[in-house]
Amino acid sequence: MQLDVLDQELMCSGHVGCPGCGATIAMRFFLKTLGEKTVMVLPACCWSVIAGPYPQSTLKIPVIHTAFETGGATATGVRAALDMLGDTETTVVTWAGDGGTFDIGFQALSGAVERNEDFIYVCYDNEAYMNTGIQRSSSTPYGAWTTTTPGTHWKHLRKKNIVEALVAHRIPYAATANIAFPEDLVRKARKAKSIKGSRFLHIFASCPTGWRIPSEMSIKIARMAVQTNIFPLYEVEDGVRYTINYKPREYLVREYFKLQGRFRHLTDQDLDAIQEMVNEDWQLLLRKAGEHA
Amino acid sequence: MMRRVLEGSHAVAEAVRLARVQVISAYPITPQTHIVEILSDYCASGKMNARFLRVESEHSCLAALIGAQSTGVRTFTATSSQGLALMHELLHWASGARLPIVMAEVNRALAPGWNIWTDQSDSLAQRDTGWMQFYCEDAQEVLDTMLMAYRLAEMVNLPAMVVLDAFFLSHTYEPVDVPGQEEVDRFLPAYAPGFRLDTAHPFALSPLVAPNAYMEMRYEIAAAMEDVLEKLDSVEGEFAGIFGRRYGAVEAVRCEDADIVLVTSGTVTSTARILLEELRAKGEKVGILKIKMFRPFPVEAIRRALAGAKKIAVVDRNFSFGATGIFAQEVRAAVCNVPEHPPVFGFIAGLGGRDITTGVLASMIEQTKTAEAPPAESIWIGLTEAAYATGRS
Ligand SMILES: Cc1ncc(C[n+]2csc(CCOP(=O)(O)OP(=O)(O)O)c2C)c(N)n1
Ligand code: SF4
Repeated sequence: MQLDVLDQELMCSGHVGCPGCGATIAMRFFLKTLGEKTVMVLPACCWSVIAGPYPQSTLKIPVIHTAFETGGATATGVRAALDMLGDTETTVVTWAGDGGTFDIGFQALSGAVERNEDFIYVCYDNEAYMNTGIQRSSSTPYGAWTTTTPGTHWKHLRKKNIVEALVAHRIPYAATANIAFPEDLVRKARKAKSIKGSRFLHIFASCPTGWRIPSEMSIKIARMAVQTNIFPLYEVEDGVRYTINYKPREYLVREYFKLQGRFRHLTDQDLDAIQEMVNEDWQLLLRKAGEHA
Repeated sequence: MMRRVLEGSHAVAEAVRLARVQVISAYPITPQTHIVEILSDYCASGKMNARFLRVESEHSCLAALIGAQSTGVRTFTATSSQGLALMHELLHWASGARLPIVMAEVNRALAPGWNIWTDQSDSLAQRDTGWMQFYCEDAQEVLDTMLMAYRLAEMVNLPAMVVLDAFFLSHTYEPVDVPGQEEVDRFLPAYAPGFRLDTAHPFALSPLVAPNAYMEMRYEIAAAMEDVLEKLDSVEGEFAGIFGRRYGAVEAVRCEDADIVLVTSGTVTSTARILLEELRAKGEKVGILKIKMFRPFPVEAIRRALAGAKKIAVVDRNFSFGATGIFAQEVRAAVCNVPEHPPVFGFIAGLGGRDITTGVLASMIEQTKTAEAPPAESIWIGLTEAAYATGRS
């Protein structure tokens, strides 16, 4: 496989992410695609740590660390200032976790994309608050254990569909991507860069530490999320034009679930129920894309 | 220079225009709205070359300015009460990130109950956030202080809050000298950021900081605040050189021979000036100490002004529950290490926009005069229903 991206590395080795961290893989490919004319807004998340303590920096682009819930708003200000300074070339990117996106940062994100601010918002999704020690977020999937959904109180609620929430704002571009599909990720990052206005990338990024998986399984698990239709790869332009980018083999969800410690407690019955939810969501997506199963 | 009749709010807006602010962000809250309505119009009509960001909350408002100022432009916002409270987290962020953001803060009471009238509790609750705070008495002072706030903020890389009383100042029309652009440009040159997000020189702003460096960073903020105490004088000197006006961190009015000094802030000072004339005419030795700069707190200047006083009476249009009025606390702390320092009486008045008349101030002076020593707690002036409701006399 050959990837059509810069040889240049904008992310240094020696960062402090856990071995096998999907969020670091996502950043590396994304930045290779975006290039050095990028300013990054980094609200609180695992990446606040991975990016390195003062006076070091993991990234070779300007980074502004900011408060947890301000990803959309801080980027709004950076963009406005660059415009005032006559710099239209630099891309402003917010890079946030699922908690910073789906939950506490959702208001600022919604506000920013409603105003169609000219920036790319990337949510790397590890499906919980990992920085603070694996607490549930509204991105945590049905069935998952976290430290705040322990024992029989595992999460009995569905994952929020963030892409659809963004699509409802009719933003110019919203897409899902996955660290196990780098060509697709790179293509979408490149496409996002070429579009004006608010763009949203939802990148599935496995977390060995929080998901209770061996670090060498990171990519495999991420790939299975797509292959089982748990995390379909698709993109939506202008809030209406859906394109499904990949038609998976449709493995059974239990194949994905049985490999992860965070789902260990689920019974066959639970898995059947989850399979139904996943099927239902997939059918819904096919309909939106004008395709029929 | 042009003499115009302006609301306090308009004086803020004129200062922002003259300061050539490049990014403005705001979220509406009474009584701040007049400020940002005018600015929004100036941006739309091209009277100002600035971006006006219509964000979805005060929290996002300050976050946007943090982003903009870090990118290297001059910024402004205005807020009040609940809006300022919502910004709290980011007030710390702005000073910690050493960003010279300037804000106009219209003093308004905090809910519940809903009350849009003047009260200092909103801004004083933010006294530990690392922002300079300037309490203004009239519209001219508001305009002038805004311009000086930008100069000072950019000199020391700390944010500044220019505070004005709701309605009494924000919505009252007064004649104001509006300086010309050229003069202002001479006083306040274009913003030259000490650092900024720049793809040609990439680095990380406000990253993770371990215990080995955090404390030094905090100390530097403390030192920058100290710096303001010194720099204020030279900045005011320059300002006076061009515009002929200066205010000082404090203003002592007839304190030299005063037995009782009434300590004031904001528009109450004007009322006190009237009372002072009356009392002096009767031969009463009373003075006024107006505290304009609250952060950094001008301890030396206050000690000097109060050196000859026999008693001090502090007017607080705010209250720190479980303690006392906040200006009184700070004045006590300022004088307590001076041997034989005068006793400090603390008065609470005018909360939630209730009038503080010359009569109210006169009763404070009277109580101060007649009491042997101040009580430990604050003296609330003019309580009616609340005292009745709690059964206290
Ligand atoms: C206002 C506020 N509340 C809570 C926190 C603590 N906090 C920091 S990061 C974080 C979780 C981040 O989760 P997510 O956005 O999913 O990113 P991840 O850590 O999983 O990469 C929390 C709760 C904070 N920094 N600010
Ligand atoms: S906890 Fe998870 S997301 Fe965070 S650094 Fe470790 S592997 Fe990455």
